[in-house]
Amino acid sequence: MTTEILLAGFGGQGVLFAGKILAYCGLMDSKELSWLPSYGPEMRGGTANCSVCISDEPIGSPLVLTPDLLIAMNQPSFDKFINAVKPGGKVFIDSTLIDASECTRDDIEVFAIPSTQLADENELKGGSNIILLGKLIKETGLFTLETMKKTIEKVVPPTKAQLIANNFRAIELGMNS
Amino acid sequence: MERNLMKGNEALAEAAIRAGCKCFFGYPITPQTELAAYMAKRMNKAGGVFLQAESEIAAINMVLGAASTGVRAMTSSSSPGVSLKAEGISYIAGSDLPAVIINVQRGGPGLGGIQPSQADYWQATKAVGHGDFHLLVFAPSSVQEMVDMVIKAFDTADKYRMPAMILADGLLGQMMEPVSFPEITANNVDKSSWAADGHKNSREHHIINSLYLQPDKLEKSVKERFERYETIKATETDAELYLTEDCDILLTAYGATARVVKSAVNAAREQGIKAGMLRPKTLWPFPVKELNEACKTASCILDVEMSMGQMVDDVKLAINCSKPVHFYGRTGGVIPTPAEVLEEIKKYGGAK
Repeated sequence: MTTEILLAGFGGQGVLFAGKILAYCGLMDSKELSWLPSYGPEMRGGTANCSVCISDEPIGSPLVLTPDLLIAMNQPSFDKFINAVKPGGKVFIDSTLIDASECTRDDIEVFAIPSTQLADENELKGGSNIILLGKLIKETGLFTLETMKKTIEKVVPPTKAQLIANNFRAIELGMNS
Repeated sequence: MERNLMKGNEALAEAAIRAGCKCFFGYPITPQTELAAYMAKRMNKAGGVFLQAESEIAAINMVLGAASTGVRAMTSSSSPGVSLKAEGISYIAGSDLPAVIINVQRGGPGLGGIQPSQADYWQATKAVGHGDFHLLVFAPSSVQEMVDMVIKAFDTADKYRMPAMILADGLLGQMMEPVSFPEITANNVDKSSWAADGHKNSREHHIINSLYLQPDKLEKSVKERFERYETIKATETDAELYLTEDCDILLTAYGATARVVKSAVNAAREQGIKAGMLRPKTLWPFPVKELNEACKTASCILDVEMSMGQMVDDVKLAINCSKPVHFYGRTGGVIPTPAEVLEEIKKYGGAK
């Protein structure tokens, strides 16, 4: 089975980094995986997105057009991709920045959490992306908390080791919200 | 073997260093910039030279100079930059020097775009520069193959004293996949008979040259090179055959497009259509024998590329137009989707 994930938001929100964490989780769990960023001019101030595939079999096209899981971190990304989500898919949005009230789809599950607000209230500025990842693993079981913690220890560079604890807190905030 | 997570561009660079590349000369261009950035960080520590040249033309001529001394040298660029290197590549071929050139293709012509493309197939396989010559052209389809083929490219270039190209694209360069680095056995090709590495008053001068003013001498040197090409055609072709044993429709695709096509072939099989795929891993020499083998049971061929149709010419030539060859392509940086390819499969080889 292949899980196709699309992560989208403004450049600077950590969309590519969040995708990288999912990809590394796949590596930790000995899965097949791919990570493909958008690298066009949209990365400068506009929307950035990245495709992540996690599978038990070799990955074909790494470009995700119809995701099983969508993380949307701003309104333009939500509007652009919400109708591409596969029926039965799950969507994780930052409700601090996204108004999902006009979404008419009833064949998908939308999990809205105020991740930017939660990050700010908990002195985790910039941690909105990781909070959403916490919510994603809670609702999908794609990876365990343990795998994700191990991944973060690997991905955060030693010079920024103090960020590891913050990221752990962000994941747990997401899982519990 | 340990699995690492790397971008295709970074994997190319790391593999080149491990393959014993001692000199890298480059000039930045999207979407291959991570390769040069990685080289800048690692090459010095690995005991080699990284140099950002003042232009692509300077970079390829530095490769010519370094290769003349017998060291493994490499340059990398993307489509418009490779056009600038064309003259230097012709000189390298004319001087019988081994070197590796990387093209992480983007959309063209002109400055084109920065998204993935395969529109440089003709350039790479037919006429990267002036004169009668060929390059070895390898077409990776995964980040792991970026590694394996760079190593192979250096070895094969040394073996036949000729330039080799890795023809990748922006998608492969930018994507991350798990990758392992094989143990590399020391490759000690003896270059002492030709390398211009200092005669120390103890041997004849070695002269690296591509100028022959006597037509008969030039003809002789070109003919000698083409004899080598015949050996290469007979021994160095490589292709992946996927579900071809019983296929009714054979798809041909290389590089990133082959990944999309494989997904489409799987989807077609699920719907009862016997589709198969041949993926050339070497574009020059083109896997003629393998293609004829793969299409035995097929009633037609569908070639898919990120271009307006370039490799499709070689597919038709390889089978002497003995079967209908259809084409589907997207270009300008648009990546075909498995669903689009499946529609084409249904059109030509679908439900009877």
